Amino acid sequence: MITKRIIPCLDVKNGRVVKGVNFEGLGDVASPVELAKFYSDCGADELVFYDITASAEGRELFTDILCELARSVFIPLTVGGGINTLSDFDRVLKCGADKVSVNSGAIKNPSLIAEAAKRYGDQCVVLSCDIKRVDGVFRVFAKGGRENTGMEAIEWIRRGAESGAGEIVVNSIDTDGVKGGFDLEMLDAVCNAVSVPVIASGGAGCIDDFTKLFRALPKVDAGLAASIFHFGEVKIRDLKEELKKNQIPVRII
Amino acid sequence: MIAVVDYGVGNLFSLVSSLKAVGADAVVTGDADVIRNADKIILPGVGAFGDAAAKLRATGLDRVIIEEAKAGKPLLGICLGMQLLLERSFEYGEHKGLGLIEGDIVTISNVIPADLKIPHIGWNALKFTENKSPLFKYINEGDHVYFVHSYYGANCAKDTVAVAEYGAELTAAVARGNVMGCQFHPEKSGEVGLKILKAFCE
Repeated sequence: MITKRIIPCLDVKNGRVVKGVNFEGLGDVASPVELAKFYSDCGADELVFYDITASAEGRELFTDILCELARSVFIPLTVGGGINTLSDFDRVLKCGADKVSVNSGAIKNPSLIAEAAKRYGDQCVVLSCDIKRVDGVFRVFAKGGRENTGMEAIEWIRRGAESGAGEIVVNSIDTDGVKGGFDLEMLDAVCNAVSVPVIASGGAGCIDDFTKLFRALPKVDAGLAASIFHFGEVKIRDLKEELKKNQIPVRII
Repeated sequence: MIAVVDYGVGNLFSLVSSLKAVGADAVVTGDADVIRNADKIILPGVGAFGDAAAKLRATGLDRVIIEEAKAGKPLLGICLGMQLLLERSFEYGEHKGLGLIEGDIVTISNVIPADLKIPHIGWNALKFTENKSPLFKYINEGDHVYFVHSYYGANCAKDTVAVAEYGAELTAAVARGNVMGCQFHPEKSGEVGLKILKAFCE
């Protein structure tokens, strides 16, 4: 049986991991390579790296780091941040990324999804969406969640999947950072709209939130989180043991 | 030396990195002589069967691989590379494969329940068949490996060495003597995947 995936997400700026990471026994917590190895050894099923660098130099540094990562970590790697063109896809895929996540780039140029899917295959294209309720309607937000695009989110995702996005990351701005659990209502709406894998993001505060997620919404394929893993509030091994106890299929190493 | 066949399909960065990680001396090559001189051959591949088979034929490497495999050289096909080992594929039409292993490549939608997603993507457990494979000498039944595919090997039960349960038993690995193939990606399957590559390489 296919297992539910647990995915830590790391923000990288100028080749270093940002957003405070706090680990005992890890020499350099800002080293993306060391952290990636650490998570891979803990049983993470996949890793997501967002490049939040604005400068060209920082971008170059990111691809260098990515190459180094892909040389030492042998689980699927997804890369996002600053992906606006096919040459951006090319740049990160050549360095060993397996999937590329598009967000604002697809909002600016929706044909990017179809073009990338045609060239690299659907499995390579991940559509990541920041979604917030506005007057009771799910809306797509751009620029890291700061700008309301006015687009209706479920329709945007449906179109994205039709164009060739092989996976959807649903990041609920409403629950993000609140640590009160995933946005089950929003995720349910997305799961009912598409048949490609859906990755839940935003809101996980404890192990129980993952159990609730996979129990309530068996169609959700993966749970993604950042700070709760980075600060050791949730240990991936403990999380997977608990999921297993709840008859949720997971990979335990 | 292990020749990783480069015929313009897919990205070989991770595969080569993982081979290095298990201490193998791997060379990415599209050169027939290098492949003939290698101790072992790995045939990778992602994308559509028809395109890949056409590219292999256009480069003439299909014949080289068949000759070397028939002469007893160990060959490992990975993902689409495994599918190419079989006789034919029904992915967007009908295409001829290398025919080193009996069987067909067909869509998984033929056998899995309608509510399961396609592709079969993610980590799934290996279930060994009664055909023991030396590829698995360092791993255990139930170990998880990473899959991404929408088509699978059918009518190849006698050479199937492992399956994965996804609403049906999907062919996960095949072997017929020196010719072996994994539907999953050992280079993306963590320690378990490295152990499989190690078993092939040594």
